[in-house]
Amino acid sequence: MSAPFLDISDLSIALKADSSHRLLRSVSLNVAPGEVRGLVGESGAGKTMIGKTIFDILPHAVTVLAGSVRLGGQDILTMRHRDQRQLIAHTSALIPQDPLTALNPVRRITGQMTDRLTAILGLSRGAARDRALQLLGEVHISDPERVLASYPHQLSGGMRQRVLIASAFAAEPKLIVADEPTTALDVTVQKQILRLIAEMQERHGTALLFVTHDLGVVAKICRKVTVLFGGSVVEDTDAESLFAQPKHPYTAALIAATPRYDRPEESLLPVPAEVIESTWQEIRRADAAWSEAGR
Amino acid sequence: MAEAVLTRRRRRSWRLILSGGWLGLVVITAIFAPFIAPHDPLAQDLLLQRLPPAWMAGAEPGYLLGTDGLGRDVLSRIIYASRVALTVAFVAAPVACIIGSVLGLLAGYYGGWVDQIVSRIVDVWMAFPPVLFAILLVAVIGTGLHSVILAIIVIDWIRFCRVVRAEALVQRRMDYVDSAHIVGLTRAAILVKEVLPNVLPAIVALLSLEMGIAVIVEAILSFVNLSISTDDPTWGGMIAEGRTIIHFAWWVLVFPLIVLFLTVLAFGQFGEGLKDRFDPVLQ
Repeated sequence: MSAPFLDISDLSIALKADSSHRLLRSVSLNVAPGEVRGLVGESGAGKTMIGKTIFDILPHAVTVLAGSVRLGGQDILTMRHRDQRQLIAHTSALIPQDPLTALNPVRRITGQMTDRLTAILGLSRGAARDRALQLLGEVHISDPERVLASYPHQLSGGMRQRVLIASAFAAEPKLIVADEPTTALDVTVQKQILRLIAEMQERHGTALLFVTHDLGVVAKICRKVTVLFGGSVVEDTDAESLFAQPKHPYTAALIAATPRYDRPEESLLPVPAEVIESTWQEIRRADAAWSEAGR
Repeated sequence: MAEAVLTRRRRRSWRLILSGGWLGLVVITAIFAPFIAPHDPLAQDLLLQRLPPAWMAGAEPGYLLGTDGLGRDVLSRIIYASRVALTVAFVAAPVACIIGSVLGLLAGYYGGWVDQIVSRIVDVWMAFPPVLFAILLVAVIGTGLHSVILAIIVIDWIRFCRVVRAEALVQRRMDYVDSAHIVGLTRAAILVKEVLPNVLPAIVALLSLEMGIAVIVEAILSFVNLSISTDDPTWGGMIAEGRTIIHFAWWVLVFPLIVLFLTVLAFGQFGEGLKDRFDPVLQ
């Protein structure tokens, strides 16, 4: 097993205004080269915050209290700004949640794709264009010339997400963070996009952190899973053992809440209030220990 | 392919054609005023006082829109007055636009203390009554075209600043700004390359509108005799003169008023039309 490319350890972040209430509570998580890790949790669990920390694009109101985020061994949180941006640009890419706002509405696709290629790989405009055409072919776009000449609003949601996937893989990054890439799409397109991301990941051998709230998706494409609740990791395991024998009651409840066609009577169960309460108690104990240690 | 070309072709916009046509006409007559105006706008002839427009009884040939109380040709005066109005519009509005837009972009995009400083200045500016401000300014540095232009710039840059700041604030939160950041573009590059093009349609529309406002402000200041100090005609000045003899010669007031109205309207409409053109989503 090779050393993880992305290595987050003991990461805690909080609002600048109130550092006693942590948004991420000593989160540790890693993704090895070529590995797909699912990051699962309900809304507000801190999934997107982790993604934003990896790229150091946290909102101004949020600050990192402790911990490290290493990309290929280098801690981006302690680096000089310029080096940090360079490292992130050259090694990592994001597949965003909403394909509508992730593309600049007043610029054609060409410019938005080639910008990245010229900036990171130092390609000429012509070479970057050729590479963009090739990448659009890779994501199964049948008329790449037309897509390149289009504005984002002239493409469907699925098309836009394909463009963004092609862009993410454009500069051969070592790590891709996919932040709920199928949430804004309808179900039929979701499946295609999911398959496409898995296919691209396999072909390029990229480390992939797949952020989602859908355990069904995790079962399909992830090898490792991290389950997040209230900003802390409740379980970190293999995908198989997660579904076979979940260790944490919250994880078990989450699995039972997932819709299943084969066993409908055992699925779609609400997460019991006791489980949520006991998990919160756990977190509060950890919080108390943490602030104790801080003093 | 043919289908794509068809949908790509821009729809004819009557708004743009009509407003652009009127503005073009005004600009051309202003530039070539000495060749187009039938009479010297300053030549008085007391024998030809208050002649009515050409289609009314008692008109003299050659005085299409009649004459004023001193026997000066109304049409020629309107044509020459457009020079003052357009000078103010084309100098004051762009300068106000540049100052306001740059500060608004910086404030909206960078936020933090930059935003704090700019926004507090705007707050102070807005608390000050603009007309009083203009009159004060003209009183201090004297009447003249320069003071009018300066007054408009000093007062109206905040109009651009507020709108552009608000737009930049919205754009800053968009995911494509984050994406550009991840790709390694610097903040300045993102501001110019990604944010500015999205704010540009609003700036263009506002610039055109502001030109109309500049024309009005100039008219107001010349109406109260605080604009240019020479005898050169201005639309506001003509309206002021016409007001005193409205019962004997309505045309002295009405024609410059119509031209003023149409010009201001055309500036506003032209801006709206351009905004639609600039916005690929609306095409």
